[in-house]
Amino acid sequence: MGSILSLPWFDFTVSGVVIGSIYALMAVGLALIFGVANLINFAHGAVFTVGAYVGWVCAVALGLPLWATVPLVALGGGLVGAGIEYIAIRPLNRQSRIAPLLATIGVGLILDQIVHILFGANPRALPVPMPGWRVSVGQGSIGPIDITIFVTAVIAAAALYAFLFRTRLGMAVRATAQDEDAAKQMGVNIHAVNMAVFAIAGALGAIAGLLVGIYYNAIDPNTSFQIMLKGMVAIVIGGMANVPGAIGGGVILGLIESYGIALFGASYRNLFAFAVLLLMLLVKPNGLFAKGREREAEPMTGTFVIQSMPVRPPGWLLALGVAAAALVPLAGQPYLTQVMTNAFLYALAAISLTLIAGTVGLVSIGHAALLAIGAYASALLTIAGLPVALGLVAAAAITALLGTALAYPAFRLRGHYVAIGTLAIGEIVSLVILNWTSLTNGSMGVFGIPPLTLFGVDFFSTNPSYWLVLGLVVVFALLQTRLLSSHLGRTWRAIREDTVAAETYGVGSNYYKGLAYGFAGFTAGLAGAVTAHQFSYINFDTFNLLTSVLILTIVILGGLGNVTGAIVAAVLVAGLPEMFRVLAEYRMLFYGAALLLLIRFRPRGLLGSG
Amino acid sequence: MSSGALLSATGVTRRFGGIIAVDGVDLHVREGEFLSVIGPNGAGKTTLFNLISGQDRMDEGRVMLEGRDITNLSPRRMAEAGVARTFQHGRVFGNLSVMDNVLIGCHTRLRAARPRVPVVAPVLEILRALIRPASVRAEEAAMREEVRAIVATFGERLTPRLDEPTYALSYANRRRVEIARALALHPRILILDEPTAGMNESETVEMRDIVDALKRQGRTILLIEHKLDMVMRLSDRVMAMDNGRVIAEGTPAAVRDDPKVIEAYLGHATIGGGEPAEASLMPGTSRAAGGVQ
Repeated sequence: MGSILSLPWFDFTVSGVVIGSIYALMAVGLALIFGVANLINFAHGAVFTVGAYVGWVCAVALGLPLWATVPLVALGGGLVGAGIEYIAIRPLNRQSRIAPLLATIGVGLILDQIVHILFGANPRALPVPMPGWRVSVGQGSIGPIDITIFVTAVIAAAALYAFLFRTRLGMAVRATAQDEDAAKQMGVNIHAVNMAVFAIAGALGAIAGLLVGIYYNAIDPNTSFQIMLKGMVAIVIGGMANVPGAIGGGVILGLIESYGIALFGASYRNLFAFAVLLLMLLVKPNGLFAKGREREAEPMTGTFVIQSMPVRPPGWLLALGVAAAALVPLAGQPYLTQVMTNAFLYALAAISLTLIAGTVGLVSIGHAALLAIGAYASALLTIAGLPVALGLVAAAAITALLGTALAYPAFRLRGHYVAIGTLAIGEIVSLVILNWTSLTNGSMGVFGIPPLTLFGVDFFSTNPSYWLVLGLVVVFALLQTRLLSSHLGRTWRAIREDTVAAETYGVGSNYYKGLAYGFAGFTAGLAGAVTAHQFSYINFDTFNLLTSVLILTIVILGGLGNVTGAIVAAVLVAGLPEMFRVLAEYRMLFYGAALLLLIRFRPRGLLGSG
Repeated sequence: MSSGALLSATGVTRRFGGIIAVDGVDLHVREGEFLSVIGPNGAGKTTLFNLISGQDRMDEGRVMLEGRDITNLSPRRMAEAGVARTFQHGRVFGNLSVMDNVLIGCHTRLRAARPRVPVVAPVLEILRALIRPASVRAEEAAMREEVRAIVATFGERLTPRLDEPTYALSYANRRRVEIARALALHPRILILDEPTAGMNESETVEMRDIVDALKRQGRTILLIEHKLDMVMRLSDRVMAMDNGRVIAEGTPAAVRDDPKVIEAYLGHATIGGGEPAEASLMPGTSRAAGGVQ
């Protein structure tokens, strides 16, 4: 105990409050947006990054002092925020409640890519001259940076309070958050309110980006999603649309992280955040500060699957398509064959996600976790001596079991919470892989994964490997189609349409969600395992959030729940960009734009949702 | 507990904060009986039905079905026990065909497709759905045949639309699908929550004939209904609620003439208060449909 007591707790508290006030700035914006627009703005992290780089331009490139930099950063962030509302939210006109969330993911990817193009992928220093003194307090100390960040955050919060409670527009914002329809009837311009809220959130997020840059003297274009997730955790702690709660949630998260790092080490930082997130969703989904039993969130199951009849291509056309695909290696272009192999691996993953997100209605943003589990399982087992064929099957079975068990807590969540919960589960899997060094070799990754040799037959050179993957896609597409035509198909879709009604007719929804996850986990685990043997090297970041978003984009493009659509879309999304150099270079831009345009113009996907 | 009751609920109480929505209600239904619960909006009728069918948990009370305690079972267990209900605003599965909607009603009766073996049941259920042994195929075919028969009892309304998604159906047809789905469960007791809500006069008459047909099949039925015309014609017994309590119970005629019931509906105890008031409680008049909506 002595050693724990002797840690510099005061310093940890100070850094917890400082980081926490930055999280609070992020969270306040997310909470405001959740209040009026009822969505989680996944582009909010990109605004943070934009803020950091606008700050760099002002403070370093132009050499402006801090007092001039902060308002300019706020202005830049405000403009970007308003732009997000104008481009991604307004045109959707509330067609469904999960749609704008997906659109903001698209915008976030586009903004990140723009920052990459303009400033490069490497971190930069953000030196801001600060006085060198520190105030000693007990064993610890407080420096001018700490005070600057804290004071800036407090001023921003005070300005927000004044806006919400002292201006007419602020009153309109509060009215809209309470009851949008009533506000509209009273003549409130909802578009103006939405745009104002996105602009304010953008300004606060951008200031947060600047402050983090100053605090660490570094800005990095790759932190958008991480910081957005922190803000999200904070609002889940504080109670989604609760603005003061978001501030409290941010500070609490900052302190938890700071103390957690003190006790367990820095690499556990994010693990704490997501563990807290998952715990909150399960135990107190209305937030720490909720008074008793609050209004239950409206059920959102099935709201994304638009009422439509899927296109059913005739059997001969499908057979013809498979035959044509089988002939691809005969074109004599190894690069094309490799690209198509990769595309069909995505197809396999997309088939599994379209079952979960489309047929059952659990829109998951953590699907890459299933691929990662399959990849690591097969890699570690075969390195330990298991034949590759057995390794693949074992990996698929392990993924089915482990994936279902991990996703189980998300089964009772609905709508946006499913998206948040699956995202958290996906990140937790990635962080466990990173930190469980004795099993996974940690950040070093796993080397020397045996090549694909099944029963002594070579499946690792370009053409056999292609045919193997194509064969898996055909087999699993057929199996899944057969399941969909059984009692399981209608039971899954009934759960998606109306879980309460399904339960009333004796359907155990958690059990059937589990069955879907089990089958999808088997498929996805296999896809991950095959990928691992092809790459021969994997690490915790091989299957990341971008992979999850990409698979989800494929699934939406193909039509939620549509097996054939998932395969066609995988070829288009994962195959096409690689064939054109420009598209491959700006891949994220392409994915983001594809997602945004899809949600806007063809939410039912190419072949219709099932 | 009254002897011979198929379903008996005693002392059912549900509080929401300080409000007692259902206050010590007793309700007994005999096999083959048609019991209606009436009462003004907010009387606690739907809350009572939600408690009996497991949608909500009661704070106090007990529900027995055929001598078995089913108090506060989950909706799923209620369905397995043989309680089927429809919803006030209709809850069909919009993207599912009429056939699939009604087949969900058969879910509790699936035997071959849903193995009950512990631990490996999930794997077996998937494998059987993939392989489809003869037993599974025969069961599915039998269920589909039965669904066609149930749907055929609604005349020519639904049969031609068996493979259409229900979002494309008219409101009245969706209500029919819901009742068909409930019948597919082979319920011991059928709970109908305002089956004619939102229907026009001719649809209401049609729905009344459907419910009448169900009654004549000898089914045990518990009905919530605002339209007293239907209640008076079909019920063996009527229970009137107000402010969460039972204020009258007995034959339709006796409950209709009970001053407490009239007061609850109209706000004053004598029928002489006005001609429209009297008319609205009398069956068979054109006003019967509207009165309390």
